[in-house]
Amino acid sequence: MSTIVYKKTKALNDTQFHYCPGCTHGIIHKLIGESLVELGVLGEAIGVASVGCSALCYKYFNCDVQQAAHGRAPAVATGIKRVRPENVVFTLQGDGDLASIGAAEIVHAAHRGEKITTIFVNNAIYGMTGGQMAPTTLIGQKATTAPEGRTEEHSGKPLKIAEMLATIDGAKYVERVSVHNPAAVRKAKKAIKRAFQCQLEGKGFAIVEVLSTCPTNWGMTPVNALGWVESDMIPYYPLGNLRDFEEAK
Amino acid sequence: MAKGLVTFNEDICKGCELCVAVCPKKIIELDQSKINAKGFHPAHVVNMDECIACGNCAIMCPDSVITVEKL
Amino acid sequence: MAKVLMKGNEAVGAAAIKAGCRYFFGYPITPQNEVPEYMSKELPKVGGVFLQAESEVAAINMVYGAAGAGARVMTSSSSPGISLKQEGISYIAGAELPCVIVNMMRGGPGLGSIQAAQADYFQATRGGGNGDYRHIVYAPASIQETVDIMMEAFDIADIYRIPVMILGDGMIGQMMEAVEFKEYVPRELPEKDWATSGTKEMKSPRVVNSLYLEPELLQEHNVNLEKKHKIIEEKEVRYEATGIEDAEVVCVAYGTTARVAKNAIDDLAKEGIKVGLIRPITLWPFPHEAFDKINPQAKGLLTIEMSMGQMIDDVKIASNGRWPVAFEGKTGGLVPSSVDVVNAVKKMIGGAK
Repeated sequence: MSTIVYKKTKALNDTQFHYCPGCTHGIIHKLIGESLVELGVLGEAIGVASVGCSALCYKYFNCDVQQAAHGRAPAVATGIKRVRPENVVFTLQGDGDLASIGAAEIVHAAHRGEKITTIFVNNAIYGMTGGQMAPTTLIGQKATTAPEGRTEEHSGKPLKIAEMLATIDGAKYVERVSVHNPAAVRKAKKAIKRAFQCQLEGKGFAIVEVLSTCPTNWGMTPVNALGWVESDMIPYYPLGNLRDFEEAK
Repeated sequence: MAKGLVTFNEDICKGCELCVAVCPKKIIELDQSKINAKGFHPAHVVNMDECIACGNCAIMCPDSVITVEKL
Repeated sequence: MAKVLMKGNEAVGAAAIKAGCRYFFGYPITPQNEVPEYMSKELPKVGGVFLQAESEVAAINMVYGAAGAGARVMTSSSSPGISLKQEGISYIAGAELPCVIVNMMRGGPGLGSIQAAQADYFQATRGGGNGDYRHIVYAPASIQETVDIMMEAFDIADIYRIPVMILGDGMIGQMMEAVEFKEYVPRELPEKDWATSGTKEMKSPRVVNSLYLEPELLQEHNVNLEKKHKIIEEKEVRYEATGIEDAEVVCVAYGTTARVAKNAIDDLAKEGIKVGLIRPITLWPFPHEAFDKINPQAKGLLTIEMSMGQMIDDVKIASNGRWPVAFEGKTGGLVPSSVDVVNAVKKMIGGAK
């Protein structure tokens, strides 16, 4: 008699991801799906896809999804949640979408304490458009629009979204996680699940920033990209919980 | 030690080797004798007897290629 | 029902609620602030939600989300704010969602002024957003007509799954008139079997989307949208036409300027000058058919606008070379007077009789 240790979640359909080989965005999809299933709310879920590599995520989830304009996913999610407070509404957004063009929308969704869950994929670059500099691109990191590498003098220092949002009262759950090794993935799953729990308990806005890889635009093998997350990203973007809803009293 | 059985949905493997990198027993390799429909050498386990059913390979697989069972 | 004296902007809100609108997302801008203010007071009383967004951009995207979730939803703004909403309007049109958008126009370009204008005709009828899309544009000329149209607009939006714009101006929004709220009788409405509501793990997932990466699929989508546009052009054109069969000159004006034109036409009639009026109530679809009924011997058409001349392009297209087309207008927040119109008509016919 065998027991299943791991199999694909029913929250994902059989459509194959368009993501490049080894891109950890796929892992994040799995964690969202597994969390929804384990919380028993897959049937209540309404996702909001953004623009960037996550734009096509509506193809993969076994739940209803609305595709939003660039950066506007938190506004679209607000519209959905205000109409259907009984549903579980989440956004999946990359760093170009959330930290750059959608900075206003994410700040104000947090500010209103909008009861939505945001999964923020930070891979420090614009993936879909081909490797341009993001607000989260590290100092010295090369991008197609920072060919000599990002400098503080020219572009400022990378934006720390989790820390920024944790200063906002309406953000009731804020955590930064990574998916660069199995232990990190397990922690990321716990955080994502808790971010949904925050919504289910009606506490307020919840966000999980997930450090992710972009092997293609970083110019690395997928395995080396995991190493770069650990050696370069985590020192600047420290992992951990910044706000938990039981503490926010 | 628990025994594991790892199965791969080879057709959708992208050969990224994340599973190879995280296997504590180092028993996963890309199968150089095969090329799947996507044009990749799919991952496979070379010595299933060594598998401890930890699930690391499946957890790290971005494309949900892998199922792990504990025997 | 008895008539009540109401400000245009408040009447907009009252009519919307009467027509079942329960969600409003907006951002303050003069001269339409009474719409969100009214909604913030009245929507909670009927179990609805008013939300002041962080920007017009966010507001229209909240409308997108709410409409995609199956709600009867609206937003309102004025010219510069409507510019910011264009992105969302394009997405709403692309994803075929129903909603109502009110634009109480003010002067432009840029920050312009806060006085009434009709300088957003191009934006409203041509689309300030990207892509091959259309949306219905109603141009009421009185508070009563604004109310009547508001109450129908949500049904029209639902039937065609299309954004509907109510194009007023600062004058329509700010003035008070006696208005009667008729009982709202819904048209036969299609089921919203496309709205995201959660699958309950029973039905297949629904996707609200305007992205079609495969060229053939996007073309097919555009062809389908165009088929819908053609049906709207056939069925939903609305206009008022008076005295055009035997007119020497026909005025073409909408909204506030149509009221000015009517006064001028009455004055000219007293002098024995026969002037007709075409008042488009829908700016898109534009009432081309009305122009076929104009006296072929008419000396010309006079377009009157609170702009430098925008609708005149459509008047020329509708005229199709059959009559010369002249323009009379004021802009910047100024309104042409009936004397301006009388003089312009006389110029066209070679002076007074």
